[in-house]
Amino acid sequence: MIGLSHYLIVSAIIFSIGLVGVLRRRNLLMLFFATEVMLNAVNIAFAAISHYYNDLTGQMFAFFIIAIAASEVAVGLGILIVLFKKHGSLDLDDLANMRG
Amino acid sequence: MENLVYVALFAPFVGSLFAALFGMSQRQIFVGVIASGLLAVSFISSLLLAINLYTTGNVIHVTMMDWINAGDISIPFGFVIDQISVTMMTVVTLVSTIVHIYAIGYMDHDKAFNRFFSYLSAFVFSMLILVMSDNFAGLFIGWEGVGVCSWLLVGFWYHKPDQTREENPSISPSWAANEAFIMNRIADLGMLVGIFILYWNTGSLQYDVVFAALPNLDDAVLVTAAIALFIGAMGKSAQFPLHTWLTDAMEGPTPVSALIHAATMVTAGVFLVIRSNPLYGMEAVAGVSFFIACLGTFVAFYAASMALVERDLKRIIAYSTLSQLGYMFAAAGLGAYWIALFHLAAHAFFKALLFLGGGNVMHAMHDELDLFKMGELRKKMRGTFIYMTIASIALAGLPPLAGFWSKDAIIETAFNEHTYVLWFMLVLTAGMTAFYSFRQVFLTFFGEDRHTALGFHPHEMYKFVLAAMSPLAVLAIITGWFMGGYKAFIYQIGEGVQYEMSEHTHHLATYLGLIVIFVAVSGIILAYFKYARTGKNAFKRNEEKEQGFFYKLLINQYYVPKIYEEYITKPYAMISEVFWTKVDLKIVDATVDNIAKFFYVSGDKTRAMQTGNLSNYLNWMAVGAVVLLVIAAISAMLV
Repeated sequence: MIGLSHYLIVSAIIFSIGLVGVLRRRNLLMLFFATEVMLNAVNIAFAAISHYYNDLTGQMFAFFIIAIAASEVAVGLGILIVLFKKHGSLDLDDLANMRG
Repeated sequence: MENLVYVALFAPFVGSLFAALFGMSQRQIFVGVIASGLLAVSFISSLLLAINLYTTGNVIHVTMMDWINAGDISIPFGFVIDQISVTMMTVVTLVSTIVHIYAIGYMDHDKAFNRFFSYLSAFVFSMLILVMSDNFAGLFIGWEGVGVCSWLLVGFWYHKPDQTREENPSISPSWAANEAFIMNRIADLGMLVGIFILYWNTGSLQYDVVFAALPNLDDAVLVTAAIALFIGAMGKSAQFPLHTWLTDAMEGPTPVSALIHAATMVTAGVFLVIRSNPLYGMEAVAGVSFFIACLGTFVAFYAASMALVERDLKRIIAYSTLSQLGYMFAAAGLGAYWIALFHLAAHAFFKALLFLGGGNVMHAMHDELDLFKMGELRKKMRGTFIYMTIASIALAGLPPLAGFWSKDAIIETAFNEHTYVLWFMLVLTAGMTAFYSFRQVFLTFFGEDRHTALGFHPHEMYKFVLAAMSPLAVLAIITGWFMGGYKAFIYQIGEGVQYEMSEHTHHLATYLGLIVIFVAVSGIILAYFKYARTGKNAFKRNEEKEQGFFYKLLINQYYVPKIYEEYITKPYAMISEVFWTKVDLKIVDATVDNIAKFFYVSGDKTRAMQTGNLSNYLNWMAVGAVVLLVIAAISAMLV
């Protein structure tokens, strides 16, 4: 039987994969993918916990997060295109022009 | 009548502000004239108040405004015009008016003429607040106000450098001003403590309330308050051991010495004791009062002894002021408050006259004050000579001049209280007073002409200055005649200030007076034979004698200034140095510096974090999130 803890473990694993992606990736586009992965890991946790407690609030939250993630990607991709046009690259090491 | 009170109080203030408007500009005669005129207005108002009080006996009490109202404290800005304060007001404004007019002539060549009048009028205003206030807070404000004005005026010629003198340590006006101010501050602390003690125990600062509550207080509280207040009085009135500032304050312009350091400000201490007579007259503080009398007698003798050998004209007069203040304290300590107040008034007149005369001599001799360089000035300065002789006779205490009546009454009081040691000392001091004051007159105006050889060409002061001094001369002669009337006047206040000689003393009064006169006259005759003769008997400096033990002791002021210098000032400077280098620099400053340095260094180190690389930022953010999680987990476990 697959229980709450299995879902949560899967969610944690996916979140860690996303986190490692955020920390290790140098390409901005890949960073976006990693963030999406993390968001969806959270969605899994929300849905599972919501089911466990018989409370629909968590699932509603998951929908909201999906909607926000979609709009975020739309805006973010727009910014990425502008950045790429300007610098010709999406590598973070090339974009480091705010050095203190 | 209320309006008169405000006119009397604020006329000098207006004069001060007016003169201050022209403080930075060229010498303007009208500034001095208007300041003097406003003071004359103040004097006339005071006189009218005095006459009103004398005829009707109604004490005027005005409250100008609520000043401090916080919690239980309520201190109105109020003034009381009773017999004590009206005496002081009349004396202060009269002497100030004359000194103002005098200063128009005396400060004639000074660049800061206008500024001088501003300070001088501000002083009179502070002094009036001091004497008119109906509570201790107002008294304290005036007390500090006169202190500040004294500081400004003693240091008026602040640009003068240190002058090395033969006997006295080298001093400059600014040094003397600081000395006067600091010594007074030390004493003021005592006075402040006294005021606080009275407030804590009576819940008020109003004279009437405080004095009405006194009988309910503990003896220990009363004694402490009396001692603390008297410490304040000691500072302002330059009583031993806080006396050294007064002679050094002679560095200031002579009108200042006449007004502040002889006639008015220094008598504030005596005024405080007289004003607090319900406190000092109590059985419980009899010990303190007796101490005041003893200290006063001691100072009278002590200062007179130093005046015997002093060669500086102004310093001699300063010593005589000290000495006469001692007499006043002796009378006040023995309970004869009204006699002390009467001596205060009489002394103000003849001492101001003496100082102004001294100022004339100084002006004529181009700021030379050494008596040994003068002589035979009476032919060139007839008016000044007459004034100074009158003042000196009054000071020496010969009838019928002012000084005789009041001083004789004080000496009689000492006899009446069966304090024969004090009586003997006071009689002896009266003889010394006569000797030194006439020594100074004879050395200045009689004897051989010693100044021409030294290149001095003395000239008499302006006519209007001499004319302005004449009221003081008249008062120095006649004040004493009104002693009986004044007694009736001041007796209206109540029992506190009343003092009567016993039957026994009354019988002996004539003989006691004769003894005093005899001693004084012998002092004068001695001075005449030593200093006034010409020809082969003329006075010559005796260098050998000046090396004698007593002479050196006296001319060095019993080495008291030197002791202060060696054992207080220098150790204090050394301790300050240690505290500065060891405590302040190494601990206080270092702590503050290190806190600042810590942030600076940590900022400098962590600056490297800002690489501009988003990836690094995200890594740091993750580290932060982990740290927060760990902290949250730990704190959750602990709870």
